[in-house]
Amino acid sequence: MEIIYQPWPWYVSGPLIAVVMFILIMSGKRFGMSSNLRTLCTICGAGKHADFFQFDWKSQRWNLVVVAGTIIGGFIGANLLSPESSVTIAKDTVIELQNLGFDSAGSAYMPTELFDNFVFTDLKSMALLIIGGFLVGFGARYAGGCTSGHAISGLSNLQVPSLIAVFGFFLGGLFMVHVLFPLIF
Amino acid sequence: MRTLIHLLIGIFFGILLFKCEAASWFRIYEMFRFDAFHMYGIIGSALVVGIILIQLIKRFNLKSFYGEKIEIPSKEKSFRRYLFGGIFFGLGWALAGACPGPIFTLLGAGFLPIAVVLISAVLGTFVYGILKNRLPH
Repeated sequence: MEIIYQPWPWYVSGPLIAVVMFILIMSGKRFGMSSNLRTLCTICGAGKHADFFQFDWKSQRWNLVVVAGTIIGGFIGANLLSPESSVTIAKDTVIELQNLGFDSAGSAYMPTELFDNFVFTDLKSMALLIIGGFLVGFGARYAGGCTSGHAISGLSNLQVPSLIAVFGFFLGGLFMVHVLFPLIF
Repeated sequence: MRTLIHLLIGIFFGILLFKCEAASWFRIYEMFRFDAFHMYGIIGSALVVGIILIQLIKRFNLKSFYGEKIEIPSKEKSFRRYLFGGIFFGLGWALAGACPGPIFTLLGAGFLPIAVVLISAVLGTFVYGILKNRLPH
């Protein structure tokens, strides 16, 4: 049990992610998280505004069930399986983050500067979360998939489009962290 | 029954994302700084095992658990949508520190501000749907 309470090592976690994908494919489904965002749009009535959202969302109900599970799993992982959840990131990363003003680096799971409840009254943090989320949703659908759909499922199926998408993920991510972060924080 | 299986897969996936720390903003930042192997190890080993499992399905024409034929559709051929969309996604991934799977995991883990990220991700998806025909694909 002790081993489950510790952070899970990459060589266990990575193969298990592949197993999740495999089980979904073997159930006749696919592994893709961001398509649920489109389903949510359709449920909210977005079909009135764009053809893109006109589809039978009930055909995607299974994926919403997976999402519901993912939420429950997050609760279990955080509250029942992690007596200590601070993330031990590399020393260089901690120093760099502290220079940027993230004092919680190395002693928390998420930076309190962006994910503590006080950010609801902090204009800058809210703006960053809104912009970040918007880009994730917009970019995932534009690229036709996110980390699960392209980086895991697509590349596992040796798809060149997914390789281009993952290349794009890294171009964007590297630009954000190395060029924009010093300007933002 | 199928619903229960999907729920269990989701629960397992949520636990996994939390426990391997792929849902941590810090791990994503660390990855984009190339300071640690952790995230590359997760994605890399998922890929090695994923490629083998998909090849198994294809070579042995495996049927689904319910005896149906398994279709693994190829991604539509294009360049611009994947590159441009990918860049937008990467910018958001690094800033919010979470991609769609972890967004749901973190919601369950009790980080309430992630709900803001989720709502604006749904909004971003909506805006894509509106602009779709005017964007280069």
